[in-house]
Amino acid sequence: MGASATEPVTAESLRERVDGFLAGHDTAQDRLEFLRARFDAGLAWVHYPAGLGGLGAPRVLQPVVDQRFAAAGAPDNSPRRIGIGLGMAAPTILRHGTAEQRARFLRPLWTAEEVWCQLFSEPGAGSDLAGVATRAVRDGDGWLVDGQKVWTSMAHQARWGILLARTDPAAPKHAGLTYFLCDMHAPGVEVRPLRQATGEAEFNEVFLSGVRLDDGLRLGAVGEGWAVARTTLMNERVAIGGAALPREGGMIGVLARTWRTRPELRTPALHDEVLRLWVRAEALRLTGIRLRQQLAAGEPGPEGSAMKLAFAALTQQISGTEVELLGAEGLRHDHWRADRPEELDLTGRGPTYRWLRAKGNSIEGGTSEVLRNIVAERVLGLPAEPRTDTGVAWKDLPR
Amino acid sequence: MTLDLRYTEEQEALRDSVRAMLTDHAGWARVLQVAASPEPDDADLWRLLSVDTGLAALAVPEHLGGAGASLAETAVVLEELGRAVAPVPYLGTTVAAQLLLHLGEDELLRDLAGGAIIAPAMPCDVGPAGPGARLPDVEVSTAADGSPLLNGTVCGVADASRARVLVMPAGGALFAVDADAAGLRRTPVVSLDETRPLCDLAMWNAPARLLAAGERAASALDAALVAGAALLASEQLGLAQWCLDTTVAHLRTRYQFGRPVGSFQALKHRLADLWVELVQARAVARHAVAAVAAGDPDARLAAALAQAHCGPLAVRAAEECVQMHGGIGFTWEHPAHLYLKRAKSAAIAYGTAAHHRTALATLADLAPA
Ligand SMILES: Cc1cc2nc3c(=O)[nH]c(=O)nc-3n(C[C@H](O)[C@H](O)[C@H](O)COP(=O)(O)OP(=O)(O)OC[C@H]3O[C@@H](n4cnc5c(N)ncnc54)[C@H](O)[C@@H]3O)c2cc1C
Repeated sequence: MGASATEPVTAESLRERVDGFLAGHDTAQDRLEFLRARFDAGLAWVHYPAGLGGLGAPRVLQPVVDQRFAAAGAPDNSPRRIGIGLGMAAPTILRHGTAEQRARFLRPLWTAEEVWCQLFSEPGAGSDLAGVATRAVRDGDGWLVDGQKVWTSMAHQARWGILLARTDPAAPKHAGLTYFLCDMHAPGVEVRPLRQATGEAEFNEVFLSGVRLDDGLRLGAVGEGWAVARTTLMNERVAIGGAALPREGGMIGVLARTWRTRPELRTPALHDEVLRLWVRAEALRLTGIRLRQQLAAGEPGPEGSAMKLAFAALTQQISGTEVELLGAEGLRHDHWRADRPEELDLTGRGPTYRWLRAKGNSIEGGTSEVLRNIVAERVLGLPAEPRTDTGVAWKDLPR
Repeated sequence: MTLDLRYTEEQEALRDSVRAMLTDHAGWARVLQVAASPEPDDADLWRLLSVDTGLAALAVPEHLGGAGASLAETAVVLEELGRAVAPVPYLGTTVAAQLLLHLGEDELLRDLAGGAIIAPAMPCDVGPAGPGARLPDVEVSTAADGSPLLNGTVCGVADASRARVLVMPAGGALFAVDADAAGLRRTPVVSLDETRPLCDLAMWNAPARLLAAGERAASALDAALVAGAALLASEQLGLAQWCLDTTVAHLRTRYQFGRPVGSFQALKHRLADLWVELVQARAVARHAVAAVAAGDPDARLAAALAQAHCGPLAVRAAEECVQMHGGIGFTWEHPAHLYLKRAKSAAIAYGTAAHHRTALATLADLAPA
């Protein structure tokens, strides 16, 4: 090893590393052992630091590694099951965690031994997330947490949750928050399925009653919860709608295939609609490519926030057009069972499922209205709207 | 092939220098003055762009007097020209250069690099490249000495008013016509977009020189139309960016109801949406010029995609600019109307978005009903 750690990592050297790893590790061996070894070899997420599953390499080289492993038939870490962990919890722990927290949590997160959920939204605090009411009160060398979270995706699978709680109700709302890593197996944590418009219960209500958390599960300083949560939110919006896909790789591919294979459904007006959607889907895909090229070159722009807005609108329209194209056939739903899915699959199941599920895309991870506010104020520099909640103690706010 | 969609450092430097030059020489008061004058373009600015700086022949090889750069650089200049709605025949000359490069017409390219305006003699709304392209109906006959003569009219030609040479498709071939030749008359058209005014061409036995015929002519024309559609997208991008920037600046400083109007969500959200489209337009426009410059097999699709997206975007940006400026945006003194007119005319140039979607039906294998 020695010298190679300081040499710049290239696509070629990564391929060699993967091949070297594969030479020493049978892809048919125990899945978990394989994934752990891959993490320890720095081949999990190459842009993470050495010792934490990475090599400190440019992020854009990750596909080189993933493709090499996939081609060798290696087991993967079921990314669709652990999207919240990979996309939100991990970057937040990496950025704000102590050395112990990084060492404890990142490895089982990546190997999918431990699934994560996001305990942010509450019945009274959705868009206005900084208004959360869940209380965390000092209790000796730890904390006691009481409150209710809602719309918590995959909480039924989760071992850990990223939790935003109020530690100082007398402070203005952004200042009184602290961020925790919540043990979902701790006494007092109750997860109840919450059915959604699709019929299934992908999200949940989570009741927290006298949940005791060790102070070692606090992420960032007391009162700094909002700054930590912003790291999570920034990464969430990149995670939703930011995936690298080939042409027609997303929802548009499903519509295009239906169009091609079912000529009897075609009408001239729908033809133009399909073409318009195809143009928008390809434009958005190219935007993602350009964005990743900029990130790779260390020139991150604000364009990331455009991706989720455009993605939500597009998937909604594509799936709506697909139902319309199919006519009465498009109105046949597969089932309304209250399944509790193990993973998220936005293009899975039938057309009506896709259409319904897409409605959530403009709500989850920040509504499209809220994202437009963010773009207008942070990207374009337009003035904020007058507010009535600045400087006011959280406990005195109208609700 | 993975195309790089970013700007290089050199391209950013080029942008800065072109923008500085246009700020000095093509401020909107000057543009308005030229647009309202009988002059078809700004001859001083053209001299600056062509003779003085060589920017008009960026993509012409150095041994022919050009700068030996690529269309990706040319596109950056076009973004800035769009941003300034500069009244110069840059786009037409660039497309003519592409035609001449394909045909190996070194003599004409040298003239072009020396500052001569050479324009394609096609209706500005010549559709996307391919069988659907709407080419002029010009007849070719033969003079006593065997040289070709052209007869017919071509209506709505851009960038041709002050051209020295016209490159004309006729009878399946391509010809060079001296614009001052006897038998050729140019009639200016009162145009929606006076920053890129049109003219009509009428020919009675106009003497011409054959450049290419058959397959060679068709493929040169085809490549030039693809390049034209791709390059125009960058102009539209620059125009849209100006509209957004200018509107944001206005909304930040204009107060009504005791607060900046830019703090009203009804306006903020529309501008946020416009920005989302603009971000995508940049990716699409860069992709199109990169594909054309690299000779990528995807270039035709990329160009059609760029026009299908960027044409309507620029119109929307200009419309929002007028609307969000209120009464002031509707005045002749404010430049917004110049952008509105350019955006609309550019949305038709090289084929409308609908034409390009029709082309995409074939290119993306999405057959009609
Ligand atoms: C499928 C799905 C999965 C989810 N998963 C999770 C999860 O795992 N973890 C989690 O913590 N949360 C999750 N959520 C919750 C989600 O983050 C919230 O629903 C969302 O932030 C909106 O909050 P709200 O529901 O309280 O709506 P509200 O904030 O009450 O919004 C109601 C309406 O008002 C609009 N609005 C609100 N504020 C403004 C404003 N300032 N300007 C203009 N319009 C405004 C909104 O856009 C919306 O249209 C999920 C939601 C969905 C649909």
